[in-house]
Amino acid sequence: MTVLVGYVPTPEGDAAFAAALQEARRRGEPLVVLNSPRGGAPVSADVAPEDAVRRMHERAGADGIALDLRQNAHSGDAADEVLRVAQEVDASVIVIGLRRRSPVGKLLMGSSAQRILLDADRPVLAVKP
Amino acid sequence: MDLAPVLDGFTVVLEPTNLLYCLIGVVVGMLVGVLPGLGPAATIAILLPITIGIEPVTAIIMLAGIFYGAQYGGTITSVLLKLPGEASSVVTVFDGHALARQGKAGTALGIAAIGSFVGGTVSIIALTFLAPLVAGFALDFGPPEYTALALLGILLVATVSSGSRLKAVVAACIGLLLATVGRDAFTGGERFTFGSLNLADGLDFVPIAMGLFGLGEILYNLEERHTAAQAPAKVANVWPSRKDLRQSSGAIGRGSVLGFVLGILPGGGATLSSLAAYAVEKKRSKTPERFGNGAVEGVAGPETANNAAATSSFIPLLTLGIPANATMAVIFGALLIQGVSPGPQLVTQEPELFWGVVNSMYIGNILLLIMSIPLVGLFVKILRVRPAILAPITVLITLIGVYTVNNSVFDIVLVIVFGVLGYLMKKIGFDPGPLLLAFVLGTLLEDSLRRSLLIFDGDATGFFTRPISGTLLVVFLLVALVPMIRAAMTRRPTAAQQNDTSKELV
Repeated sequence: MTVLVGYVPTPEGDAAFAAALQEARRRGEPLVVLNSPRGGAPVSADVAPEDAVRRMHERAGADGIALDLRQNAHSGDAADEVLRVAQEVDASVIVIGLRRRSPVGKLLMGSSAQRILLDADRPVLAVKP
Repeated sequence: MDLAPVLDGFTVVLEPTNLLYCLIGVVVGMLVGVLPGLGPAATIAILLPITIGIEPVTAIIMLAGIFYGAQYGGTITSVLLKLPGEASSVVTVFDGHALARQGKAGTALGIAAIGSFVGGTVSIIALTFLAPLVAGFALDFGPPEYTALALLGILLVATVSSGSRLKAVVAACIGLLLATVGRDAFTGGERFTFGSLNLADGLDFVPIAMGLFGLGEILYNLEERHTAAQAPAKVANVWPSRKDLRQSSGAIGRGSVLGFVLGILPGGGATLSSLAAYAVEKKRSKTPERFGNGAVEGVAGPETANNAAATSSFIPLLTLGIPANATMAVIFGALLIQGVSPGPQLVTQEPELFWGVVNSMYIGNILLLIMSIPLVGLFVKILRVRPAILAPITVLITLIGVYTVNNSVFDIVLVIVFGVLGYLMKKIGFDPGPLLLAFVLGTLLEDSLRRSLLIFDGDATGFFTRPISGTLLVVFLLVALVPMIRAAMTRRPTAAQQNDTSKELV
């Protein structure tokens, strides 16, 4: 069993990581960080830059928690990727960050958080920054 | 040398319209330099229809800007992301990215921009003095000389181009074959038209260029997916230190000369010269082990050379009417669309066009130097656009563009046919460059060959009795035969060696 967190380099992602770290410590389980950009473009703002990765490793190391960072690109929907990895690593809980979305934006673009909340077959911890 | 036309050229460039198109050209050039996959040849091919509505000078100023602008842009992605946007900046990756990893990305970009500017400017100055001389010399050329020159040009491009030589020659032959389609210019007989009226006038250059380079490259790049995305890079302190500048000044000087010389040679061009400059710098350096770990010279040399070569490859086009590489072939096509036939008469008959284009390069280089560094962030942002979004838009623009040239649906079909052909060629390792070049030169070759045979009363030995065409043909034979002889010479000893080893084994 592991704790899975969906991470993007934003305040929401940092909040989710902090909450996931606590959760992993409480449960005594290893932490899997999923930082998967959408495939296709050579550059993506969703990829965690090197210093963010280093910080995450430091914080997990300080708490004595094993950290597994996955950065391979996904195709299709980000929510599907989170759910697929959750299945793969047999996550006991999925941690995600919530951001402010307008109703119109949500109607047009959909919401990955909503899809994860509705479709996940295991507990989901949703965090606000 | 008469300076009046040169100065008149500057008045042409400084017209607001021309300045604007020069700016558009270099910005688009930098953009395609940044985007991996879409090269300058493809972009110029796709933009050919736009040039029809505007003045010849303005059109060529813009297209030239795209070409040398792309050399600047390719550096940015090589240094920051280890993704060469352009074939000519592949070698910049080695040291440029190593510098970026040490936190000196700004230095690498700054040195590259300064080197590119110096290389470009040295090349333009040399072009300004050399081009009229070459053109004056070439005024004496008759049909036999052009026959020899066209033959030599096609062969050199085929031998120097990337990939297998045999494949390049095959591609060139297909290009020559395609050039014969249509009504014979001398007898009026129809060749390979299959009774189709659309083919009676021969194949048009625009759909072939747009298909082979534009559509073909888009299709090919769709396949290549960047599975590993990278985080956007940051650039700080662009100005190189005095020590870096001193270290790279020699490399910039050598790169300028090397690039200029290699750019003139047919088939040379920017890619070859950047490779050569890197090799030269590594060989000359007292500490070759620094190369690959962030040597400033390893960025300065190739970047200077590719810009110098991009500029000097205009010399054979504007003075002899012989395009030296695939991109020049597309610009050649653009000139033909405008009703300007490039050749030795260009300098005297259309001084405004000639000097306007040459002098626009000074302005373009200054624009690039000013813009390249502040706009780095913007260009890196463009890389976030996925090919799945970019490709359909480009294809649509290509197809609409080709339709507007002649309002002909047949041209759209041609673009698609040649797009598929270009895709398949790239897929199985054929370079479409020699095909297009041979297609462009094919008409010239055939016309001058038949004209000279008329002059010689059908006696082919006449080619060898004229000094210039004779020399060119001897060079042609040397270029064609020397590799074969050398291959035969080396094959024999290795075969003997193999026999020896087999004996030992037994």
